[in-house]
Amino acid sequence: MAVTQTVPSAPHEPAVNLEASGRVARRQRLSRASRYVLLGTALLGVSALVVLGIDTVMNGWGRVTPEFFTNYPSRFADQAGLRSSIIGSVWVLSLTMALVVPIGLGTAIWIEEFAPQNAVLGIIKINLANLAGVPSIIYGVLGLAIFVRFLSFGPSILAGALTLFLMILPMTIIAAQEAIRQVPDSIRQGSLALGASQWQTVWGHVLPGAMPGMITGVILAMARAAGETAALVMIGAFAFIAYDNTSIMDNFTVIPVQIYNWTTRPQEGFRADAAAGIIVLMVIVLTFNIGAAVLRERFRRH
Amino acid sequence: MVVQRVFGLGRRALLVAALGVLLASCGYSGDGLRGNVRIDGSSTAYPIAEAVAEEFSKVERGVRVDVGFSGTGGGLEKFCRGEIHVANASRPITEREVQTCADKGITDILELQVAIDALTVVVHPSNDWAQCLTTRQVHDIFRHGGYTNWSQVDPSYPDRQITGYAPGTDSGTFDYFVEAMIKGVDETAFHRGDFTASEDDNILAQGVANDTNAIGYFGFAYFVEVGQDLNAVAIDDGHGCIAPSFEVARSGEYTPLSRPLLIYTRESLLAEDEAVRTLVQFYIESSDELVPEVGYVTMPEDVHQAQVAKIAPFLP
Repeated sequence: MAVTQTVPSAPHEPAVNLEASGRVARRQRLSRASRYVLLGTALLGVSALVVLGIDTVMNGWGRVTPEFFTNYPSRFADQAGLRSSIIGSVWVLSLTMALVVPIGLGTAIWIEEFAPQNAVLGIIKINLANLAGVPSIIYGVLGLAIFVRFLSFGPSILAGALTLFLMILPMTIIAAQEAIRQVPDSIRQGSLALGASQWQTVWGHVLPGAMPGMITGVILAMARAAGETAALVMIGAFAFIAYDNTSIMDNFTVIPVQIYNWTTRPQEGFRADAAAGIIVLMVIVLTFNIGAAVLRERFRRH
Repeated sequence: MVVQRVFGLGRRALLVAALGVLLASCGYSGDGLRGNVRIDGSSTAYPIAEAVAEEFSKVERGVRVDVGFSGTGGGLEKFCRGEIHVANASRPITEREVQTCADKGITDILELQVAIDALTVVVHPSNDWAQCLTTRQVHDIFRHGGYTNWSQVDPSYPDRQITGYAPGTDSGTFDYFVEAMIKGVDETAFHRGDFTASEDDNILAQGVANDTNAIGYFGFAYFVEVGQDLNAVAIDDGHGCIAPSFEVARSGEYTPLSRPLLIYTRESLLAEDEAVRTLVQFYIESSDELVPEVGYVTMPEDVHQAQVAKIAPFLP
């Protein structure tokens, strides 16, 4: 239709012209151009990441030695290591996960399956969405005021884990809600029609379907917690710790704080340490992400 | 069934976590002095505290020494709340901070000097005109509403825009520069805000290294590290041009840009907490050896002896 409209001045030509012209041609050119522009934007993002990654690996690979994992921090760049920060990260993240899994997933299940649909719930949902966008430093200030000072936990593993827990709670809940909403209502109705209780329906039918999405949400949130620096510096995480943590009331340091400390040092050697620390952190976060993908696929098969 | 699978996996994860805890708890358990000393404060003084903590941990293996770097102001705030035992500072405690401490019942503050830090004003290596600047000229470049063109600094200088690099307002270096170079010359002046500011010395150094019209400043220790790319400006504070060096910083000739690095602790802690006392004693006694290792300037002998004398009454 559009084609014939563009050639009214040449009535002797065939009515159907396969060569697009005029507006159609412009639309097709735009379509082709958009494909290349979008490809370009994708490549720009990926290549920035690749360049950063290569640069970091080149700077830091030489420092990723067994001693780098077993040494404590040191004023000598070639003797400094991640031991206390790896142990600190394991403690803080384990505790954060132990808190966020039951509370985050529980809240999501309650909101989606049990909560009365009223104005209060609406306010809670809006708040959750807003909280997910709050910068981490704000959670740091909150953690400092409540956990470190008001509850007198000090700059301990417990205070750090509670702060990170609050930070990733909203995004865990939102991801879990999404996952639960993906389960078709017909499954719930089928279960209820066969006489299952509401809890049996949730436990036996909704959760298995929602599990891949819920696990993905938790793991991605944990990856964010693993890389968090600002909030923990705010609550008073230390940089130099030369012992292994043994209790949740211990002072602690984590890998990102150690990296941040090294990047602020003038000596060339500490920058290599920082790059090596980034490699370790990247591998950890990547492992989280791959783990999420693998788990998701495993559950999808059932 | 799928849910069971998840919990099966969870059990394994729990086992791994428990193993981790077990491994982590295989820490030191020996005799000797035990305790926990928390140090926080100036990031400028952090490398010194880190060196002290590192060496101290080798000697007193039962004492846990934690060092943070939340800034001089942040460290003193925590100190006044009783959250830390030793505060690192790159400037003396203010009247107001003393008052805050007193409000929290902390009145027995003890100030000890551990090293000397010097600031260095730097320009691009091809800058052959500003080899030496007077305190007044530096003041007029960095003050609010100050010079914007090198020809204003001195008529013989080229007609070029001045670009500036300065540490961010949170850094102790900035506070010290304001006190020495801005307020020190004119009490009513302010540091200008239109220069590139960064808490990261790397960014300042790179900025000046890549700009022939640039001027900036940061710690002398940092300049020694990256100095090859930059020119240090000699400072004329009324008695001739003095270029920054370890010697002039120690002798006190390099005014007004050399300053003491301090630690604050409480007399009652020194008297009652053996771990804190031993650490502070170690801090003072080992400073001559450790301070140069991390790029700072040691105190003259008489100043060092004065610090030893300050803690002597608390030693057994």
